Amino acid sequence: MSFYFAQFLTGLASASSLFLVASGLSIIFGVTRIVNFAHGSFYMLGAFIAYSLVTALPHGPLGFWGGVIISALVVGVIGVVMEILVLRRIYQSPELFQLVATFGVVLLIKDVALWVWGPEDKLGPRAPGFDGAVDIFGSKVPEYDLVVIVLGLVVLAALWLLFNRTRWGALVRAATEDREMLGALGINQALLFTSVFFLGSVLAGLGGALQIPRASVSHHMDLAIIATAFVVVVVGGMGSIVGAFLASVIISELNAFGILVFPEITLVLMFLVMVVVLVIRPWGILGKPEGEAAGEVLEGETLSIMPGRRMRLALLGAFALLLVLPSVVEPFYLLLLSEVFVFALFAASLHFIMGNGGMVSFGHAAYFGLGAYGAAMLLIYGDTGMELAIALAPLAAGLGALIFGYFCVRLSGVYMAMLSLAFAQIVWSVAFQSTELTGGEDGLVGVWPSPWASDRIVYYYLTLVLCAGGILALWRMLYAPFGYTLRAGRDSPLRVEAIGVNLRQHRWFAFVIAGLFAGLAGGLYGFLHGIVEPQAVDIPRSIDALMMVLIGGVQTLIGPLAGAFAFVFLENRLLAFEFWRAIFGLIIIGICVAMPLGIVGSLHRLALRAAAARAS
Amino acid sequence: MLEVKRLHTHYGRAEILSDVSFEVGAGEVAALLGRNGAGKSTTLKSIMRLVRPTSGEVVFDERPIGRLRPYEICRLGLGYVPEERRIFTSLTVGENLAVARRVNREGATVWTLERIFELFPNLAEMREKSARAMSGGEQQMLTVARTLMGSPRAILLDEPSEGLAPVIVEQMARTLKELKDEGVTILLSEQNLHFAGLVADRAIIIEKGRIRYQGKMQEALEDERIRAAYLMV
Ligand SMILES: Nc1ncnc2c1ncn2[C@@H]1O[C@H](COP(=O)(O)OP(=O)(O)OP(=O)(O)O)[C@@H](O)[C@H]1O
Ligand SMILES: [Mg+2]
Repeated sequence: MSFYFAQFLTGLASASSLFLVASGLSIIFGVTRIVNFAHGSFYMLGAFIAYSLVTALPHGPLGFWGGVIISALVVGVIGVVMEILVLRRIYQSPELFQLVATFGVVLLIKDVALWVWGPEDKLGPRAPGFDGAVDIFGSKVPEYDLVVIVLGLVVLAALWLLFNRTRWGALVRAATEDREMLGALGINQALLFTSVFFLGSVLAGLGGALQIPRASVSHHMDLAIIATAFVVVVVGGMGSIVGAFLASVIISELNAFGILVFPEITLVLMFLVMVVVLVIRPWGILGKPEGEAAGEVLEGETLSIMPGRRMRLALLGAFALLLVLPSVVEPFYLLLLSEVFVFALFAASLHFIMGNGGMVSFGHAAYFGLGAYGAAMLLIYGDTGMELAIALAPLAAGLGALIFGYFCVRLSGVYMAMLSLAFAQIVWSVAFQSTELTGGEDGLVGVWPSPWASDRIVYYYLTLVLCAGGILALWRMLYAPFGYTLRAGRDSPLRVEAIGVNLRQHRWFAFVIAGLFAGLAGGLYGFLHGIVEPQAVDIPRSIDALMMVLIGGVQTLIGPLAGAFAFVFLENRLLAFEFWRAIFGLIIIGICVAMPLGIVGSLHRLALRAAAARAS
Repeated sequence: MLEVKRLHTHYGRAEILSDVSFEVGAGEVAALLGRNGAGKSTTLKSIMRLVRPTSGEVVFDERPIGRLRPYEICRLGLGYVPEERRIFTSLTVGENLAVARRVNREGATVWTLERIFELFPNLAEMREKSARAMSGGEQQMLTVARTLMGSPRAILLDEPSEGLAPVIVEQMARTLKELKDEGVTILLSEQNLHFAGLVADRAIIIEKGRIRYQGKMQEALEDERIRAAYLMV
């Protein structure tokens, strides 16, 4: 009995620090509508900075708590810098661009942390005065855990008072509702957003800083916490502080006790909770239903222009060029191009539901990964050979999309995007944790093509033909009644339902189709490198797909292909540098700021302007 | 006080305002009259720069405000009351007023909560109530009160009488007259000629985005041709 109580307290302590991070994320989202991926990085920075400060400052309570508070404030300032330098320039862009830009910041901070603190994990000092354990019903509970629990409650109370009893709090709530009106009443929105970013980032930094006596500081903290924090925010209801607290407690206790019962699938458990909650309450426990606010993640014109005759000729020319390329270029480039084909298909499959269906997925890598793992497992355990493995890979992914999509299409906007992220994390957790089956962190090796296709040139042609075929099939569907209905459903859902279309079912089909093709891309990808690792299905892979679509230009058909091309080649060029992530992050931020329509979209607009200038 | 010069505004390709020019003098109450879709709201939003005019200039108190943002325009002393009311429903009545509070502006009447409650007695009782739970008329009073909290020298009022019961319309007219007596300049958009007749000194008539008539309110009301051409529904 006493053991369970101790376990409960451990869970509460984790809940406290999780709440700090998640409430910051929730506040920022509630007001600015920005899904801030860099929030986890702020948490990590808080821990690293606190580690440095506390070890450098004189030992004692003042040094420890002073270090914790200063690091939280420093992180707050870093959040403000990001808001002013990056986000303020792109508040007018579609919301997803802001998300992609914050992911650029994630990459940047990752490398900065590596550069400053080195690759090793850091073991923080204990909190002076609270380094012992107290005896509660015969079980030892670390004193520091109790301190953290109290601090969590104090912050909850303080935030509640701030939001409900001060003018600033009223301003923030008003901004959540109608920013434009607030501007017409004389409120400088930029300043309000900056202050919100400061508060949110301070909370992330504080959460990280308070962790140092409890766990070692590592470079994996950023994405690990951001996934969990997203779950908390969504389960609690976006923008709700009390909801974030409740959800933190639920998730943390589930972990604390889940680990006793199912140690292998603790990660899965958390995401399952999110699925269950969202199915019962689509806006989280304490969230309010949001009309368009949440639905319009992809505002702005999202046309898909039917390629004209000239464009078709150009595409045909490009295809012909790719056919003769192996006789001209070095084999290394063929490998790279094969990768471009695979990612082009992957991006096109995301574009299929996102650009045309208005369904944003933060977890499209789930289907890529299911295809990759499906093919690899068929090959290794089923001895099917490459041909059958690749042929069945889409089915593995499609089956996943069939199940996950059933739930996803019930939601819209950010909630749908987050749910898709949760499903991808479930797949990732299984891939990562069930070592016997999937090889865990090391992945499945020996995924090589059949002898006839093992030549790089042959495999090049194989990927080219299959990916080009897949992309054409997707495009074909877009310009068939299926695609028209999908776009009509994106633009005016009610009208489409009124003429008797079962829109939800239609979206579900689209989701499954996108999953099938992402699976094909995943299957092909596995055989390209001979190995399938959990990276095939992690958050960065999902964001990669988003970036390819957005950076290429979501309004255009060939945008995702251009995005995949730019992405693969850029990444390859940059890998030579030690801090390639930082450079890559900066480039991503630069593109988001400079080309809010994506590469193809911006070129298209330039061409239109030039034509207009010539005409007048 | 407020000069609108050759304003053109587009929504997409459609030209909604074309060459709109007029002036409102200090302390004056001017009514912008026109049928549904004539461009009244668009004119007010263009002045406030909630929509971006394609060309033209707006001068407020001898200052061109065409480059400013809405919050800066508000801080100069130009208040705006939207047609859709847009009160913050997740806030209480008191909080709705508090977020708009802005004081010590030169030459403007300072509106304290007490004075606001004198002008709108029923808001005082509802102070702690959620704004969501108000009736349409009460919400309309709240939007006007909210804008006054910014101590404006001039306000743009978009169809304040819309959807109000006749008694409430009379009450709104009395309120506007009191504001006028305080020296607040008012530009109001209206379709309700009776209401406009009660409060406005001058009429500016807009039709299909063009100004068709400017003159005394009384004359506009009495001129059958004007009424028939631009105002009758
Ligand atoms: N956001 C918008 N996008 C496109 N067209 C718009 C938009 N808002 C208004 N319009 C069009 O602009 C024209 C003028 O609209 P406006 O709202 O200014 O009229 P109004 O005079 O205020 O009418 P009402 O008395 O109905 O409020 C109308 O034809 C309307 O359809
Ligand atoms: Mg109007």
